[in-house]
Amino acid sequence: MSFARFAARRLLEMAATLLGASFVIFGAMYLAPGDPASFLLSGRSASPAALAAINQQYHLDDPFFVRYFRWLGQLLHGDFGRSIEYRTDVSKLLADRLPSTLLLVAMALVLVVAAGLALGWIGAVRGGAVDSTILVTTTVAVGTPSFVAAILLQGLFAVRLGWFPTSGTGQGFGDMVWHLTLPAIALALYLIGMLARVTRAAMLEQLGGEHVAVARSRGVPERQVIWRHVLRNALGTVLTTGGLIVSTLIICTVLVESAFSIGGIGQLLELATTTKDFPTVQAISLLIVGLFMTVNLIVDLLFPLVDPTVTLGARRSTA
Amino acid sequence: MTRTLDIKSLRLRLPDTARPVLDGVDLHIAAGETVALVGESGSGKTLTSRTVLRLLPKGAETEGEVDVAGENVLAMTPQQLHALRTGRVAMIFQDPRAAINPLRRVGDFLTEGVRLTGTLSEQDATRRAGELLEAVGLSGAVLRHYPGQMSGGMLQRVMIAAALMGDPVLLLADEPTTALDVTSQAEVVALIGELKERFGTGLLFVTHDLGLAAAISDRVYVMYAGRIVETGPAEALFADPRHPYTRALLDASPRLIEPGRRLAAIDGQPPDLRQELTGCPFAPRCRFATGLCTTQAPQPQAAPGAPGHLAACHHSDRLAEGAADA
Repeated sequence: MSFARFAARRLLEMAATLLGASFVIFGAMYLAPGDPASFLLSGRSASPAALAAINQQYHLDDPFFVRYFRWLGQLLHGDFGRSIEYRTDVSKLLADRLPSTLLLVAMALVLVVAAGLALGWIGAVRGGAVDSTILVTTTVAVGTPSFVAAILLQGLFAVRLGWFPTSGTGQGFGDMVWHLTLPAIALALYLIGMLARVTRAAMLEQLGGEHVAVARSRGVPERQVIWRHVLRNALGTVLTTGGLIVSTLIICTVLVESAFSIGGIGQLLELATTTKDFPTVQAISLLIVGLFMTVNLIVDLLFPLVDPTVTLGARRSTA
Repeated sequence: MTRTLDIKSLRLRLPDTARPVLDGVDLHIAAGETVALVGESGSGKTLTSRTVLRLLPKGAETEGEVDVAGENVLAMTPQQLHALRTGRVAMIFQDPRAAINPLRRVGDFLTEGVRLTGTLSEQDATRRAGELLEAVGLSGAVLRHYPGQMSGGMLQRVMIAAALMGDPVLLLADEPTTALDVTSQAEVVALIGELKERFGTGLLFVTHDLGLAAAISDRVYVMYAGRIVETGPAEALFADPRHPYTRALLDASPRLIEPGRRLAAIDGQPPDLRQELTGCPFAPRCRFATGLCTTQAPQPQAAPGAPGHLAACHHSDRLAEGAADA
């Protein structure tokens, strides 16, 4: 498939998916119990006139489809609406909070890829006691939910040892990295275990392959055998898992940001959900859908580079 | 003069087996000679050929010697072993589709051994790869191909060209035609024969195909349950087999001159590796077997007047009579 056709097909697919997602997200908020007006009044009794004014301001009395299409039209103009809780534009809220979340996800991703690949590699190549140790450790890591990891890390490194701040986002890049280190580790732990296991299994499968024995029989140095024939051939599996990993990272920021009080998108989603701040919840949900699709697109674009036997668009990533 | 390959009383044990997988294998190849190693699956023929490159299964223990041009492969340092693998000995594997990494280009496969060990520069390696591809009847353009873009026959030619990259004195061909269709088989066999002459290499041809072994080789070794049961010049061995196993194998091969004849299958199974062997491993399946065969392992004995034709059988002489009544 030519690149132009691939790009056109994928853009259409992404537009259709976003449209479908927007309908589901909007519909879910409509069906959810509780109504924003009563939250705004926060328990105070209001005159029918005041209630009517609020309903009119947020168009809460209009029929479902009218509200949906009005919202959709605003989205297309880049207007995500006004937050009920924060009384500012949702787009501004997102712009303020996106950098810390993206930095957190990026830091966790670096950790996952570096530690996951290294542990999987060492386990597969060394074998024996080293491999068993790695297997046990990764099993524990896979079994530890990120919010539990967050509490443990906070208790040990922030409260007891005082090496890292217990919470907050920090100001400026260096300070942000320092603040986000523990959260990134908490976020990465489970996925490090998962990637290590996937890498280990994929490399072991390749190590048993005939082409590896052949490379050895031809005097290719062992280090190169591992690099050129084992790791190289395992990369396809690793990349497919990579898509899944990034998606999981984005979702788990909700838990970790709340645990560390980081002013990011995840924490915002949690707060907005509990306060029925529906324009914010809708915008974040749609943003997450968009991020997922972008991750999938990147995986699909990278796949032919990793596996030349696959042509563009012939394989759909499963992540 | 030193033999290209000289295997002396090679014994190889694997973990969790009751008897050695290779049990006292003696085999030699003179410079430029073609030798066939024949046997059924599990007889140890592939393992024998792999031992020459010290490609041993995990946990294998070896005894005896495997000398290539006078040097014992089993005692080599890692550096010497590398030199052996990049240069003097090369192997052609059974299934080229599995043997060549599908994610790397053919050119990369051909040149990686000599390039990564610094034997040849990248440029020289690519030039030599191009020449060898022509020698095996392919164009230099396939250097840029991926294995998935080529047929099995073409890939086996690539495999052969790859084996010749390091200018070897000995080629090990491990059932090089088994994974190919019949037409490609004939072509590949002819090609190996031709290149062997042209480059003056010795050849160990591992096969289960007796007809092929007879056609291609100067001498034949017949293997059963990890032992060499008979060896001799190809014509002598096929015209006048001195071991009942060889005899039975010949009777079991289809022949075009007598179409319609029922093939004589060999009853029973080869012995299990978990079971210890006393006496002759073939005795339970042999119609000449006597009490002696189950208690005492036969040693190789030369045929009268033919010192190069050896068989490990207590009853070699009765075989000629037996063949007469059959």
